[in-house]
Amino acid sequence: MAIVKMQKLSLCAAKTHRKEILETLQSMGVMDIDNSYIQDEELQQMDTRTAMTTFEKNAATLDQVLKILGSYAKVSAGGGLFSEPEEVSKEKFDGIVKHQGRFMRHAGTIQDAEKEIQERRGIIRKNENQIIALQPWVSLDIPLGLHGTRTVRTLIGQMPGTWTLEALYETAIQGIKSADDSPVKADEFPVDIRIISTENGTTNIVVMCLRKDRDQVRANLRGAGFAAPAGEEKGVPTERIEYYKQDIKKQEEAISDLEKKIAGFADEADEFRIAADYYRTRAEKYRLLGTIPQSENMFFLEGWVKASQAESIKKMLEERFDAFVEFESIREDEIEPTLLSNNRFSESAEGVLEAYGLPTHGRIDPTTVMSFFYVFFFGMMLSDAGYGLVMTIGCAVLLLKKPRMAEGIKKMLKLFFWCGLSTTVWGFLYGGFFGDAIDVVAKTFFGYTGDTLLKPLWFAPLNDPMRLLIWCMLFGLIHLFAGLAVKGAEYLQQKDIVGFLSDVCAWYLMLIGLVLMLLPSDIFASISGQNFQFPAWLNTLAKGMAILGAAVILLMSGRANKNWGIRVALGAYDLYGITSWLSDILSYSRLLALGLATGVIANVINMMASYGGGGVVGAIIFIVVFIFGHLLNLGINALGAYVHTNRLQYVEFFGKFYDAGGKQFKPFKTVSKYVQVKEEK
Amino acid sequence: MSTGMVLALLGAALATILAGIGSSYGVRIGGQAAAGVVAEDPDQFAKVLILQLLPGTQGIYGLLVTFITLSRIGVLGGTPITDTKTGLMYLIACLPIAVVGLVSAIYQGKTSVASIGVVAKKPDQFGKAMLFPAMVETYAILALLISILAVTNL
Repeated sequence: MAIVKMQKLSLCAAKTHRKEILETLQSMGVMDIDNSYIQDEELQQMDTRTAMTTFEKNAATLDQVLKILGSYAKVSAGGGLFSEPEEVSKEKFDGIVKHQGRFMRHAGTIQDAEKEIQERRGIIRKNENQIIALQPWVSLDIPLGLHGTRTVRTLIGQMPGTWTLEALYETAIQGIKSADDSPVKADEFPVDIRIISTENGTTNIVVMCLRKDRDQVRANLRGAGFAAPAGEEKGVPTERIEYYKQDIKKQEEAISDLEKKIAGFADEADEFRIAADYYRTRAEKYRLLGTIPQSENMFFLEGWVKASQAESIKKMLEERFDAFVEFESIREDEIEPTLLSNNRFSESAEGVLEAYGLPTHGRIDPTTVMSFFYVFFFGMMLSDAGYGLVMTIGCAVLLLKKPRMAEGIKKMLKLFFWCGLSTTVWGFLYGGFFGDAIDVVAKTFFGYTGDTLLKPLWFAPLNDPMRLLIWCMLFGLIHLFAGLAVKGAEYLQQKDIVGFLSDVCAWYLMLIGLVLMLLPSDIFASISGQNFQFPAWLNTLAKGMAILGAAVILLMSGRANKNWGIRVALGAYDLYGITSWLSDILSYSRLLALGLATGVIANVINMMASYGGGGVVGAIIFIVVFIFGHLLNLGINALGAYVHTNRLQYVEFFGKFYDAGGKQFKPFKTVSKYVQVKEEK
Repeated sequence: MSTGMVLALLGAALATILAGIGSSYGVRIGGQAAAGVVAEDPDQFAKVLILQLLPGTQGIYGLLVTFITLSRIGVLGGTPITDTKTGLMYLIACLPIAVVGLVSAIYQGKTSVASIGVVAKKPDQFGKAMLFPAMVETYAILALLISILAVTNL
């Protein structure tokens, strides 16, 4: 219901106690320490960046090791939206901290093994590429790098294009003259050409000729595009392929050994997690230490604690550490950090408020008022009993199974738990349970042909949308009036009676008067089908209220201004704000539209599901379509309901009175990403 | 089939077609921006996904009006239309969500892209970023409302 009262403490203690004091404060997690306001040239700050980075690096290493372990053994790397820290005992935590060196060594071993695995995988890929490159040459039974024998020379290589043997011979010997100076013939000249393979537009060939003819033949072939095979292979292709295959096998064995080695560390995952949290906590401490001003023998601290705890914290620090603690008053340019405290229902909506911005001290925390409207409107927009139950049960199961989830996520789940309940109630009011699922099942599978089975407790919106629209606007008006009431309460808190009367009461007067004037009018009757007949005195009263309210606004809302001309002009401008009330109230029509959307789409899904007809096959089709369809509809409409409920709070409701600007209370505490040390009893 | 029936069907089809085109465009550009953010910071997936989906609702509103129309003109229930005038009235009743759905989904998609940019730079400002595209949606909701009121009261 409120913003927690804070107290600022300043502390001065001997450096010898620095470590203990900081560690105690960190494990208690009660103080938002901010030293940025202490300014004294005599005082020095320690440079702790090196230590901080070391700890952060260690924590990051362990995070990475956990990820590696996750991919080779069944070890959860943590993280994820609904993850929760595990609980460990103080002894276990301290034991691991004591042996941290060993775990960092193990972490190093794991990282090295992972690196080696990656390297070996690279070698395997390279070998595989070599095998592919050698494939065209498999039928060659001499080494690729062979130059020849004493008298014979070999030329091994590729020709671009597809070649016939004749064409190759012709190309090889062109320009070579025989003894009588005429061109030699292929069958007379001592050259032997073999085509090893032809593929992808290249012809792989082996040419053998006498040593003395080599240059000429090679020049001839090169003229036609002959080139040595790509790669640096020199051996016999089949042998080389065999070698690579063996090597791949060797690498794979090594990899599997390394994987086993890594997996062998799987049972140390818990220790790695604890160490990671320990390093993070240390890094956090050093970050703070770097901001602490110190003299030769003393150090200083400033920070905020809950006012209710201030005395006991002060006493504790004074008695245990001989510290000098004082209550300070707030500095001029300082913002008191905001911590909200609400009842168990309303605290679930604190996240919604946080997303908009926290209130500053001296203002009213709107969470309580908002939480009721939030749950109410969310239910109205989603408005399906089946969807509501799914949400409620889902959130309840998650909350029960994981009690140590992060605070923010827990609150969000709680909020959706309540929203689910509200959705269920609205679903029954509108007569929607997975749309018209009950009727469709009864008709398709049991041949039922009667009236609707699940009758709405209130009325089905699709049968009378106009009626629901009027209700939506009424709910909207109540919501907005509640916002105005909070504004009024703030005026009263500040004892600003004039402001309360002219900025709040005048608006109430005018708006209620206008509504009362509208109700008996012909326009309203024709829209809603409702006929209000008020007695004459009430009509007169309504007019009187509206005029009085308008007059007060006109004359009073510019009261800060001395000049009457400007004052009335400002008042007139404020009076013009009535149009924003109109648009705000119309905005609540989304309650109807989104409510209808859920119901109608759910009906469409049921209709599609029932196209399979009765019988076993029909039932299977029905179940599959039903589950997928409704999950999709639930997802999209829950998203819509969430977004638009937020919008109604942020724009329409907060627009009437609220502006954020508070700073969140962030106590200096231990980091528990993976583990939480069990409190000693 | 009467001309009236054809006109009414045309209206029903247009609601889904135009609003669907708008939504698919809006979701597309939102998705492209969201994918870029996830490539840099996978933790923001849930947030940017929500922002991407926001312009998707117009398509659903269109479907909604189509369905209500079909269930009244004798395709999925109700009584078939015989006169041209009634059919034309149904066509006109479908137009608000068809046209406003098309245009607002495109603009909402562009606003979503901008909001995804906000989340990329300041993930903690998601609550505010979500609001900007939701503002655009208001007009689609108003159009939907008018279409529903018109179709159900014809």
